[in-house]
Amino acid sequence: MLVDLPGGWSPLLGRLAWSQIPYANPILAPLFVAVVIGAIIVLGLITYYGKWTYLWKEWLTTVDHKKLGVMYIIIGLVMLFRGFIDGLMIRTQQVWAVGPHSSGVFGSLHGYLTPFHFGQVYSAHGLIMILLAATPLLVGFMNIIVPIQIGARDMAYPYLNALGLWITAAAAALIMISLFVGDFAHNGWFEYAPIFEMQYSPGVGVDYWIWTLQLVALGTTLGGINILATVIKMRAPGMTWGKLPIFVWASLSANVIALTSFPALQVALGLVAADRYLGAHFFTAGMGGNLMLYTNLFWIWGHPEVYFVILPAFGMMSEIFPTFSEKPLFGYITMVLASMAIAGVSWLVWLHHFFTMGAGPYVNTAFSVATMLVGIPTGVKVFNWAFTMYRGRLTFNAAMLWAIGALFLLLIGGMTGMMLAIPAINYMVHNSVFVVAHFHSMLLVIVYAIFGSVLYWFPKVFGFKLDEFWAKTMFWLFSAGTALVFVPMYMLGFMGMTRRLEYVFNTGWQSYLDVMEFGIVVYTLSVLAFFILLYVSVRDHAKNRVGADAWGTSRSLEWMTHSPVPFYNFAVLPHINERDEVAWRRQHGIDNVRPEHYDDIHMPNNTGVAIILGGLTFVLGFALTWRIWWLCIVSLLAIIVLMIIRSFRGDPGYIVTGAELQRMEEEAYRREAQIADSHHSHPVSGGVVGNAMAYQRNDSSKRL
Amino acid sequence: MSSHASTVDPKKAELWDTHHHTHDVISTRTLGYFLYLLSDGMLFATLFAAYGVLSYQHSYFGGPTPAEFVKPWYTFAQTIALFLSVLAYGFGMNALKHKNKSGLINGMLAAFVLGVVFLVLDIHDMNHLYSMGITLASSGGMSAFIVLTQVHATHIFFGLIWILVMIAQVMTKGFTEETVGRLLTLRMFWHLQAVIWVFVYIFVYLWGYIS
Ligand code: HEM
Ligand SMILES: [Cu+2]
Repeated sequence: MLVDLPGGWSPLLGRLAWSQIPYANPILAPLFVAVVIGAIIVLGLITYYGKWTYLWKEWLTTVDHKKLGVMYIIIGLVMLFRGFIDGLMIRTQQVWAVGPHSSGVFGSLHGYLTPFHFGQVYSAHGLIMILLAATPLLVGFMNIIVPIQIGARDMAYPYLNALGLWITAAAAALIMISLFVGDFAHNGWFEYAPIFEMQYSPGVGVDYWIWTLQLVALGTTLGGINILATVIKMRAPGMTWGKLPIFVWASLSANVIALTSFPALQVALGLVAADRYLGAHFFTAGMGGNLMLYTNLFWIWGHPEVYFVILPAFGMMSEIFPTFSEKPLFGYITMVLASMAIAGVSWLVWLHHFFTMGAGPYVNTAFSVATMLVGIPTGVKVFNWAFTMYRGRLTFNAAMLWAIGALFLLLIGGMTGMMLAIPAINYMVHNSVFVVAHFHSMLLVIVYAIFGSVLYWFPKVFGFKLDEFWAKTMFWLFSAGTALVFVPMYMLGFMGMTRRLEYVFNTGWQSYLDVMEFGIVVYTLSVLAFFILLYVSVRDHAKNRVGADAWGTSRSLEWMTHSPVPFYNFAVLPHINERDEVAWRRQHGIDNVRPEHYDDIHMPNNTGVAIILGGLTFVLGFALTWRIWWLCIVSLLAIIVLMIIRSFRGDPGYIVTGAELQRMEEEAYRREAQIADSHHSHPVSGGVVGNAMAYQRNDSSKRL
Repeated sequence: MSSHASTVDPKKAELWDTHHHTHDVISTRTLGYFLYLLSDGMLFATLFAAYGVLSYQHSYFGGPTPAEFVKPWYTFAQTIALFLSVLAYGFGMNALKHKNKSGLINGMLAAFVLGVVFLVLDIHDMNHLYSMGITLASSGGMSAFIVLTQVHATHIFFGLIWILVMIAQVMTKGFTEETVGRLLTLRMFWHLQAVIWVFVYIFVYLWGYIS
């Protein structure tokens, strides 16, 4: 052992001991029981219906970018739910623990959470929402949509894609297990030096934080490489850069950021780990360490990261607006340039997160001006969307509502960001809830764009539309919640309420906090509406079946292939003639032209290696957190050996014969014709939930 | 700009990919690997930045500084070993061009041995520091010095494993699309580590020695 650990350590279990399980905690213990019962029920159901082989063959070992994307989105939604519960807990504590006379339960002086527990809740909330909800959701959409939009059959590296997913899943599992084994970091989602040092945070919380983030960083870097290479190398013939769909451009610029910025995070975390595990002095208060070095390194990644998450959201909005305005996107080229400019400038502004460090007027001014520069390309985008809608034939369905909502939030968040970018203002409101309201406006842009995209692309992936009524109900509830929570939060920020208070000393703020609590209840209703939406849509799926072009007004390539998308995406790759190829073909009446004949195609095989490697990285992260050294070594060796074995075996892939393709395509066309003339009078089966018969491969396909 | 004027005649347009253009496996693979190396470069850039911040006089907190223990000639020997290793790898790749399997394997073996020499010298150096009581925990400055140099050494270590794996793959499988692709990516990796070593040698060892 390299540093003096407070508390026990044994060679077999490291720091792990029974006392680390919070079975006496009145909140966690019942939750744990509920989770165990839930898990038993789910596993039991899978066994009862005999779905294990299906699950293993079709999902857990898949390398199909669409299925991987769906799993990314499921992880993202589950974590979004977890993060939401954390948010609910934070709000409830703050509305309860106001003033010296407020009551306290569960061992807490005020409210129901002790300071230590409250700290864990808001730290986990921030980390989860940005890195394990928003990021996987966006990566999931990029995974599903980018290859289809560029007319490819898969990503450049399907196996790497699966690996990225399972590493992300391992990260999610690691932060979830910190609920029940040990504790999580309690110093905020981005931590501070030197409080994260062993001396001040002796528990395993910071270690969980380090390894969770480290795994997310690894998974996201792998995903970023994959998307960049896919866009550069796999475009269909004829798709020049000027014809690239706008969402692909957005993904490209976002992943340029991811690829270049995540290493900075990995180093920052690695150095924290060196301090905590090896006794190094990078960020210690004495011995020549430098506290602000940490803050700089973190935000050198942190600011580009916020643009990494918002650029794909901008891309989604740029797809939704034209489709439901029945017009091409206004200012395609400026949109592309704006994305690239945002990606570039995002590197030059990190210091605005700590103007109060006191770097001096020149440095602060430089970063202030750089920050405001971001407003120019962002403004260009806002105007482009507005002009896209201007004199368009607008359809206000739920997807469009979410996109418009995102636009309004972007205005609010952008304006308040500009205010924060002025050091003189920043010194007043830094670390107040005004900042919290600013970045929630911004991150909600992403959430709005994501829900819009869920509605927009759901029919493409699953073959039927989601229910409009419940989608709109959810939208209005959610928006009411947004207004009720964040308007008072901006006001409280101006009044000087600092962030992360587990006890609110000023009783004058009670009424604002009451409104916010009411807002979070409305949010809860919108979550319920979302569950109902899923239930109703699946129940009625046969009524809502759609053909290739689900909306009838869509423009880009993903709408050319069938819904649900066959595993090979396109039986014959299209040749691209125009920027909005689908709209162009529809306009000229050639959207029904089918390929003349089908040739054999080559597809990658499934592999179980990726999920096993993901499991091993989870074990490694857990062992590192608890300092179980033998387990670290064993899991690391297993990872290396497995990678070597895989590299010897390689993957020859398999051939789908032209005849078989033709059979599947004809089946799909037959379904589509049925849908077209049924006019929803009598339901058409199929789609993923019905049965995806159309794309069942029979075993005549040649294995290589 | 918003109404993108059509330039293609829809009646004569080519709608399907009839020429079956295929994706070149090797170039796709090397591109992806190049992207990964970019991120590896960023990793080192960040470490250099941290080293820059932590190499002031006060960063050593009155303890030992590189000026007291760096031996430029010893580290120069490491430099030579690593460069010769890269050169040997280059000879091996030259043999690949002539489909000369034994030439390639000899080159790789020489690269491996020279890489081991580099790593042994590094480990010996670290042991020497340890025996003088200089560790990561001595001061912020020493933490930065040791972590930067040893992260580089770790890269070399994994590169050596990879060289062995590739020797085995070439012996068992010969020159397939996969093995050749991997030989190329490994070469990129090995070259980058040598380039980074140049920066380590100049900015960490030599700079530390003279300041
Ligand atoms: C118009 C562009 C933007 C400007 C001018 C801007 C400006 C700022 C400034 C100056 C701060 C520091 C406030 C402080 O701590 O005193 C800040 C914080 C923050 N911003 Fe923005 N921002 C912009 C866009 C975004 C976007 C697009 C996102 C995310 C999608 C975002 C997320 C955040 C987050 C997460 C924080 C605070 C992190 C924390 O302290 O926990 N911002 N922003
Ligand atoms: Cu920022």
